[in-house]
Amino acid sequence: MKNKNVIEVKALTKIFGDFTAVNTITFNVKQGEIFGFLGANGAGKTTAMKMLIGISSPTSGSAKVAGFDVYKNAEDIKKNIGYMSQKFALYDDLTVKENITFYGGIYGLPRKRIKEKRCQLVEELGLQEVTNELVSSLPLGWKQKLAFSVALLHDPKIIFLDEPTGGVDPITRRQFWEMIYKTANKGTTVFVTTHYMDEAEYCDRVSIMVDGKIEALNTPKKLKEQFKVDSMNDVFLKLARG
Amino acid sequence: MSISIQHINKSFKDVFALKDISLEVKEGELYGLIGPDGAGKTTLFRILTTLLIADEGNATVAGFDVVEDYKKIRNSVGYMPGRFSLYQDLTVEENLEFFATIFGTTIEENYELIKDIYVQIEPFKKRRAGKLSGGMKQKLALCCALIHKPKVLFLDEPTTGVDPVSRKEFWEMLKRLQQKGITILVSTPYMDEASLCDRIALIQDGEILEIDTPQNIVSHFPKKLYNVSANKMYELIESLKNYEHQYSIYPFGEFVHYTDQRDHFDPKELQQYLEANNLNDISIEITKPTIEDTFMELAK
Repeated sequence: MKNKNVIEVKALTKIFGDFTAVNTITFNVKQGEIFGFLGANGAGKTTAMKMLIGISSPTSGSAKVAGFDVYKNAEDIKKNIGYMSQKFALYDDLTVKENITFYGGIYGLPRKRIKEKRCQLVEELGLQEVTNELVSSLPLGWKQKLAFSVALLHDPKIIFLDEPTGGVDPITRRQFWEMIYKTANKGTTVFVTTHYMDEAEYCDRVSIMVDGKIEALNTPKKLKEQFKVDSMNDVFLKLARG
Repeated sequence: MSISIQHINKSFKDVFALKDISLEVKEGELYGLIGPDGAGKTTLFRILTTLLIADEGNATVAGFDVVEDYKKIRNSVGYMPGRFSLYQDLTVEENLEFFATIFGTTIEENYELIKDIYVQIEPFKKRRAGKLSGGMKQKLALCCALIHKPKVLFLDEPTTGVDPVSRKEFWEMLKRLQQKGITILVSTPYMDEASLCDRIALIQDGEILEIDTPQNIVSHFPKKLYNVSANKMYELIESLKNYEHQYSIYPFGEFVHYTDQRDHFDPKELQQYLEANNLNDISIEITKPTIEDTFMELAK
């Protein structure tokens, strides 16, 4: 099963006016893989990700996500993926319980299933004490862990994480990555962007975008060998600085 | 002392934001406030820049009291808040001119100070600030905070969400400003940036965990630290967690940082345990702790 591609991207391109934000990128991501999608600010990561999650139509090229075409089946893509970003988390003025119920409803889960999922989530995350508290009162780390779990409510094939750990304390950051490992181990593909280069090392494979193109794609180990450096931070600096 | 803080307390309703904070920043020092979101860094910045009044304790900046002499402080400090707060609908040039005028100076008068940074955004000087990329916004904000030649510069998380290349460039800029005699207090959630400061205060949940030079902080790490690696990361972490003698386990890039409860720890024993858990390519080597290891140990 591990060799099945769940994301297939060929020559994908997005042009805004006279600016090519994403320039003929090609790559595949396998089922259960943790795929790190790196690049400098403005390199085109967000634009590429928007095309993959079905909210921006490509200018040219092709992409299939969870078996669906980004041009024709964007709505099906949205049903089969989870998405979480640093900025958009949860509704601050709803309680933990209400947020889970609300998102369960959005994803169209039956009421009984939502209840099951909610109890399971609350227990796994140790949130029993705060289920009826407003999300705004939770520490950032808890919010992010909850947001991650909520993005997995509908058992998506792929979860997209856009800088999920920005500003989070170092212990929670690591607990977050343990959740990522666990999720990938169950067969869900994890597609993640980060500015923490130690986190890049946790990925099965990493791609690095520079000015709209993918300039490197391999396992962290092979990338370090290829660029003859000791850390992903140095790989990144070498590539992005030209 | 350029900044002197004594026993500052601040709470919002029933939430403690800062608990008995005391620290001193020397003139010309590059001082780091290191801690995650919610640690109280921004609250402290707002008190020092006279935008917020502490419940208890006192503080001086550039020799002025933050309550009594607040107007003098505003003329002597530059403040770059975490959230971009320039005028989005003014151009780069207009923003800079605006701030220079407010402080009763001109761009030309202090151009030497911002030249290094300004030349990088000068090609876009006719562009509205709202249309700049993240990295360029940050450079413009720094120019605006410097335009009146402050004695002390406050930078609240200037590199959050910024890629490693731009972060490196930003810190190089800070080093150059320091050489021009400006005292800098900078906050960051990135522990790797801590080692670039002269001294740092580690802060979490409104309390200071430790203050020292980065070298000394690392040397206070109480345990022997090992890099452990094996063929399967997830299984390795799970196995280590179930190891009865483990004291702490934290993934660190391609390794797991491991400490043992016992004073006399034999790596061979751990090796055998991991082998019995079906792991291969096992390596256990002693390594040097980082600021992040120390932070996690203190916050434990």
